[in-house]
Amino acid sequence: MTLYAGVIVFPGSNCDRDLATALRAFDAHVEMVWHKDTTLPTGLDLVAVPGGFSFGDYLRCGAIAAKSPIMRAVIEFANAGGHVLGICNGFQILLETGLLPGALMRNANLRFICRQEELVVSTTASAFTRHYKPGQHIRLPIAHHDGNYIAEPEVLKTLNLEDRVAFRYANAPNGAMDNIAGILSANRRVLGMMPHPERAVDEWHGGVDGSGVFTGLAAAMGSELLQRA
Amino acid sequence: MRARVHVTLKNGVLDPQGEAVRHALGALGFGDVENVRIGKVIELDLADLEADEAENRVTQMCEKLLANTVIEDYRVEFE
Repeated sequence: MTLYAGVIVFPGSNCDRDLATALRAFDAHVEMVWHKDTTLPTGLDLVAVPGGFSFGDYLRCGAIAAKSPIMRAVIEFANAGGHVLGICNGFQILLETGLLPGALMRNANLRFICRQEELVVSTTASAFTRHYKPGQHIRLPIAHHDGNYIAEPEVLKTLNLEDRVAFRYANAPNGAMDNIAGILSANRRVLGMMPHPERAVDEWHGGVDGSGVFTGLAAAMGSELLQRA
Repeated sequence: MRARVHVTLKNGVLDPQGEAVRHALGALGFGDVENVRIGKVIELDLADLEADEAENRVTQMCEKLLANTVIEDYRVEFE
């Protein structure tokens, strides 16, 4: 079975094609979905919300995109048990929709950080992370100005108790609480992460540590982990 | 009528921009500044409404879009 993915495109998205290319490299069937659409293609296994600067980061990163017509359909898709992956600006958008808890603030050093960063895989209990080893160190590019994760102490406690931190930074680049780089929803089917796995899937990218996210999703096809929503 | 929405980071949320400005003020000799918080002001020109109704509408706008209540507080004034 082939993974059937929809990649959402907003004005200002700039990682949408990279994400589609990465998904296709792992044999996914991909459709691009415009932000003004009100419905998703039927039968999707995965909705991917790409990085970029949707709506110019006006008001707050991801705030306007989160209220776009397609995101209503994405929220319904997630609530029905669909898998959703938000990367970088996509993570910011998922937080603004409320599908994931917390918020992302300006990096503690106020700088836009664009470099390879070492991460620790904190949980392997999800379709996105099942192909990594617990505690595995991987290297993925980060490229963001607002990746400083913050949440109420209660939320942080819940994320840890429920093993919902997917990735942590090894070296605290941006001030994120608990070094959080990516988190899962309560049903473990929505992942938001600041680092870019789609930029680390080919040797000429300088590393292939992002591949696990896509092979994990592809392998989850046909198993009980992914069910068509 | 005009509504002016002030959006600021909640107390207790570290404001790195405010900190940078505080340092810069200190370098200019304004070392007496103990804390700086940076926010934004959003001005809304509205069709005339009853005061209660206007306040209700603008509060909804703040909750739904203008502020991220996870990290921000808002305050509305009308003129």
